[in-house]
Amino acid sequence: MNTEPNPIHQPVSSSDEKTSGVSRRAVFGGVAGAAALTGAVAGGYAWGNHQNSSEETVSDSYEFWGEHQPGIDTPVQDRLHFVGLTVKTEKVEQLVKLFKDWSEASARLMSGQPVGEETSYKAPPDDTGEALDLSASHLSITFGLGRSLFVDEQGNDRFGLKDHMPEGLIDVPHMSGDMLEEARSGGDLCIQACADDPQVAVHAIRNLVRIASGRAVVKWSQLGFGRTSSTSTQQATPRNLFGFKDGTANLKTEEPELLQEHVWVDTQDEKEPAQWMASGSYCAVRRIRMMIETWDRAPLQEQEDIVGRTKVSGAPLSGGGEFDAPQFDMQGKKGPIIPVDSHVRLMHPQMNGGVQMLRRGFNYTDGTDGLGHLDAGLFFIAYVRDPRTHFVPLLRTMMRSDALSEYLRHTSNALFAIPPGCKDENDFIASGLFKAAKIAID
Amino acid sequence: MKKPLLISGVSVSLLAMALTGCTPNNKGASDSDGTVSVTSTASECKLSTTEVKAGKTTFSVKNDGNEVTEFYVLAEDGLRILSEVENIGPSISRDLTVELAEGKYKTSCKPGMVGDGIVGDLTVTSNPDATAVSADEQALRDTAISQYTSYVKDQVEQLKTATGDFAEAYQSGDFEKARVLYPQARLHFERIEPVAESFGDLDPKLDAREADVEEGQEWTGWHKIEKDLWQPKPAENDGKTYTALTDAERARVAEQLVTDTNSLYEKTRDVDLTVDQIANGAKGLLDEVTASKVTGEEEIWSHTDLSDFQGNVDGARVAFEDLRPIVEKKDSELASNIDEKFKDVQTLLDQHREGEGFVSYTELSEDQVRELSDSIDALSEPLSKLTGVVVS
Repeated sequence: MNTEPNPIHQPVSSSDEKTSGVSRRAVFGGVAGAAALTGAVAGGYAWGNHQNSSEETVSDSYEFWGEHQPGIDTPVQDRLHFVGLTVKTEKVEQLVKLFKDWSEASARLMSGQPVGEETSYKAPPDDTGEALDLSASHLSITFGLGRSLFVDEQGNDRFGLKDHMPEGLIDVPHMSGDMLEEARSGGDLCIQACADDPQVAVHAIRNLVRIASGRAVVKWSQLGFGRTSSTSTQQATPRNLFGFKDGTANLKTEEPELLQEHVWVDTQDEKEPAQWMASGSYCAVRRIRMMIETWDRAPLQEQEDIVGRTKVSGAPLSGGGEFDAPQFDMQGKKGPIIPVDSHVRLMHPQMNGGVQMLRRGFNYTDGTDGLGHLDAGLFFIAYVRDPRTHFVPLLRTMMRSDALSEYLRHTSNALFAIPPGCKDENDFIASGLFKAAKIAID
Repeated sequence: MKKPLLISGVSVSLLAMALTGCTPNNKGASDSDGTVSVTSTASECKLSTTEVKAGKTTFSVKNDGNEVTEFYVLAEDGLRILSEVENIGPSISRDLTVELAEGKYKTSCKPGMVGDGIVGDLTVTSNPDATAVSADEQALRDTAISQYTSYVKDQVEQLKTATGDFAEAYQSGDFEKARVLYPQARLHFERIEPVAESFGDLDPKLDAREADVEEGQEWTGWHKIEKDLWQPKPAENDGKTYTALTDAERARVAEQLVTDTNSLYEKTRDVDLTVDQIANGAKGLLDEVTASKVTGEEEIWSHTDLSDFQGNVDGARVAFEDLRPIVEKKDSELASNIDEKFKDVQTLLDQHREGEGFVSYTELSEDQVRELSDSIDALSEPLSKLTGVVVS
């Protein structure tokens, strides 16, 4: 496998695909499938069949290995499965093993292969199977570490990692109007799986959670059905559930200098004990329910004044097209034409000391609230270099002053440190942390 | 309360921006409806036609200039504004739907929003299919505004008196009396809530719930006192033991409540409303019911949510009734639909009356809450069409 860092997580071309396994598609398709069905290969799932690797090439997969973890500057996919986990083991060596197991499995999953080994007919298969005939589907898997992994509620060191906790991994303060549900918030660890096909994303989480057995369990789980931002200039701007284009001014993969400035942790950012975070990032998560029924009854003018853009074209109210810069000083009849409490104005980098976030959120619906209203909204995900400068101030402004907040209800909060990517097959997620803490990793 | 917005005066300016009946994509409207394309540039105000039939006309205004523009439909004298659409940014299009009777009119684009604008003629010809439009709709609007303004002033007066009595009982330690007066005084506030909200930081000072307050910010107002009157057990208070306010703290929060209420009173003495604000206010009141009253999240310690519920519905109904003569002329079906839905809501609410007020929210079954919520939703949908109809 190609071990060159793939910093912007472009799709792996078929010529790069020198993997020893077969793609999942090959397992039940073609020769390998026939072999499996006739029981020719030990009667179990027939993966690991080298002969067929040339028949099926995987062109819709991303590289797991690289300077940064995938799923951040990767062009954002359409489907999401995100989980927060609670670590159950008290032994740090088991934690190390978990990250090794996850890293190995993630590399396989992202290249479209099933996880684990071939097993006996009398044993449960390692891979759960529901993605066997699906392609890699641009799957990306991203791991994060919560503050509660480092310290417990009393501030005690849980695994001997406390001294190496990155400074940006703060407790996000209570914000005006927060209606956070503890059962949906926080987490010692997180996994973000994104793919074009929801079944591939769910399969990835399901198998990684299964691998974690005895070491970590799911605390909360969130599906997202549609991306709400674009992270590549190649992508059209999608719409959120308010019907507006979202993330027009988002950071893009094609802007590596801006990513360096706003997303990736630099060696100078953290004190020596947490230098392992270099090339990592922080992931801020909020489940934001939208009061869509009341929003739908708001006049178009109110909707556009709240957002600061036109609904159909996404142009700022100061005119032009979607990608024209908003003219915040342009005067309307009574005050600025882009109202002072509009979302676009309050969240714009120009109004926030130039800071930007890489937003990677998804629309969600989770049934109803029991009163016939959809529990629907935005599962907000943002990757930032430092939450203290790039997230908390914007959140505070939004909760305090943004006219949009009238129609929002923040129901969860979580913040994770995102370790840098795995260099190669000999590396694993968060290895730098364990090395820094002088924990044996071999 | 609504989500507090701490930019002082913002809500005022939002309210002040009159709604103009913008309707998107209504080109496929019925045959009798005409659409006129208007192109506004620095030097021109070009209409695709200057002659339309009586009835509804939609002006689709495109700003092809470099400055913010506006478009007006004026009476024949060129002075009296019949309808307008403001704040059209460069290269942006806005629709304005107006109902016009046979006669002569003027149109005007105002690039840069200054001066007399670029004025042209518009002729409206007879149309036997069109409903008759009152030549003097302004009189109906004026009546609605004056009636609703009186209502607001009267409610704030009553609020001021009731708040004074309540604060006195609470401060003097007569908790039993204060608990009785609490929902009664708040009823007046809930009736005119959107008006209170239009005064920036006054609403959060008076009506913030504990969760609305961010870390480091001082919590004042009704709900702080509510918590002290109905002191929660640790299980209802994030596991923490509630510490009752001291006499001095009690005096301070009571005095602040009275001061802020007086400030609301002063500010509403010369309140200046428009019909679309009144119509939007009615919708806003029902949004309040949906957001916090019907879910029992407004009064989490006193559980007097149904009284607030009644206040919001009262306020919305009065606003609607004041506007009803205008609605009746333009869309009588909508008027009677809203009448009926208000009745349904009230019938349900009346089932939960007890003494002077209502039963505790905690006594409602899940089915009863659902029933109330459904009835509010059924009313909110037609009521949300009120503004569009009133200003067309």
